[in-house]
Amino acid sequence: MEDFGSVALRRLIEVHGAALQATHANFGDATALVDPARIADVMRFLRDDAECQFDMLTDLTAVDYLGEQPRFEVVYHLYSVPRNKRLRVKARVSEKTPEIATLCPLWPSANWMEREVWDLYGIRFAGHPDLRRILLYKQFEGHPLRKDYPKEKRQPLIGPQN
Amino acid sequence: MSSDLHLHAELPPDQDQRGDLHTEHQILNMGPSHPATHGTVKFVIELDGEQVVDLDVQVGYLHRGFEKECESGSWYQCIPYTDRLNYNSAILCNVGFCLAVEKLLQIETPERCQWLRVLASELSRLGDHLTRTGAACLELQAMTPFLYGIEARELTWDLQEMLCGARVTSNYIRIGGVKHDIAPSYYGSAREKLAKIRELLKDFDDVVTQNRIFVDRMKGTGVISKEDCIKYAVTGPILRSVGVPLDVRKDEPYLVYDQIDFDVPVGEVGDNYDRYLVCVEEMQQSLRIIDQCLAKLEQLGPGPVNCDDPRVRWPAKGRVFNAMEELIQQFKSVTEGPRVPKGEGYFAIESANGELGFYLVSDGSAQPVKVRCRPPSFINLAPLPLMVRGAMLADLIPTFDFINMIGGECDR
Repeated sequence: MEDFGSVALRRLIEVHGAALQATHANFGDATALVDPARIADVMRFLRDDAECQFDMLTDLTAVDYLGEQPRFEVVYHLYSVPRNKRLRVKARVSEKTPEIATLCPLWPSANWMEREVWDLYGIRFAGHPDLRRILLYKQFEGHPLRKDYPKEKRQPLIGPQN
Repeated sequence: MSSDLHLHAELPPDQDQRGDLHTEHQILNMGPSHPATHGTVKFVIELDGEQVVDLDVQVGYLHRGFEKECESGSWYQCIPYTDRLNYNSAILCNVGFCLAVEKLLQIETPERCQWLRVLASELSRLGDHLTRTGAACLELQAMTPFLYGIEARELTWDLQEMLCGARVTSNYIRIGGVKHDIAPSYYGSAREKLAKIRELLKDFDDVVTQNRIFVDRMKGTGVISKEDCIKYAVTGPILRSVGVPLDVRKDEPYLVYDQIDFDVPVGEVGDNYDRYLVCVEEMQQSLRIIDQCLAKLEQLGPGPVNCDDPRVRWPAKGRVFNAMEELIQQFKSVTEGPRVPKGEGYFAIESANGELGFYLVSDGSAQPVKVRCRPPSFINLAPLPLMVRGAMLADLIPTFDFINMIGGECDR
């Protein structure tokens, strides 16, 4: 496993080497692929470690690699305000059990972004305090950003209930 | 009240001094289309009298499948969709997306193009801040400053129209360049209009900044701490209003921002008034950047504004009609567009609301696998309950205004 000159990747290899599955720095973006079962530990370490200090979870999204195993990839973008550094952390989750631990206790910004990923990709975040749909409505069926959800599909728009 | 809401926060003890005056909590639905908010959003507010006990923000009314649409077209076809993200500053969204694609293509645009992009970006930012401050005044029942703001915004739109022919949804930036260069007459009329904008900003400042009613509504409302801002990944004027000088233009300079002289204004308290002052100062800084861009562009003189890379270059029109190779290239560019190398990349720019990022995944074909927009409006809106809990219902209005949630970008 190589650190590509990134301090965060070096620290991850040193401390959480067992949880790391791959690293790369294509196009200059330091990236770590992490074991999904260990995501909360790794993220807590990245937030609290004195050499990393990733105090901001800037972005959280997912990608559907239909046909690959495991099918989904949850993508986290971290930013360190004091160090002005970025890191991308990814974890693969399977189609059968699309579930990964929530990061809400670490960064409250994860709350809405995890709700969005649940809404659009159907990936559950274990331990999330309020995992409701956010962009779509409660009665919507399916998760539209999955590659096997047809773009032309229409669903009736249900009005508010109250 | 529907059963899926979770409104159960207690009032902070220091606000809880009125004993018997408490009423039975009531639920108020505000929005999705409310005259005192600009943006399509619904608040379900739990109220004790006029005091906000808790708030549930419901977004998504403008969701139209931006990412799904982008994944089913070519890379070029995404650009007009990005216009419709933050429609107040469409060019900034164009710039962010094109820079992200250029990162994957590993191309650098000509110098003149970069200055043009900065010019267009700052015009956009100016327009966005004018809308935000003007509309905020309107929603606090001050009609006159709104008109000053909108008149100045019209002038920025005039300048944008002279750049690209469109006032709102510009579609000006191309992958590897811009649509076309500016006309020689641009500099003169731009300076004239910028002088007028400065006058209007002065008028705006005279009416608003020291206005007793305005100051009373803004000072001490919507306060958020520095720690909470960072925990919630809030960026842009809100983060700067708490005193963190974070600006992607300074921290990770893109385009030619490292050659430009400008300051990053910061606040102290992190209330709405600080946010207002930060926005006002940012407008002055944008004007300063635009002046430098105009001077530099004049000095550079005519030159290429598009990258000479065969993957993204469009052949000269005259050749398309007369030569077979160019005709084929034109056909390929229109029907298919560039093939972007396999891989993933994230590129962030400083938009008017904060960090606007694009995370792109390509499998090497002419169709994106994933186009993720990191929407500053959406992420900045999440801590709204934190900012208004325990406050008066009326304080929600300026707080929401200065978050500047833009439905197109928040709901995508």
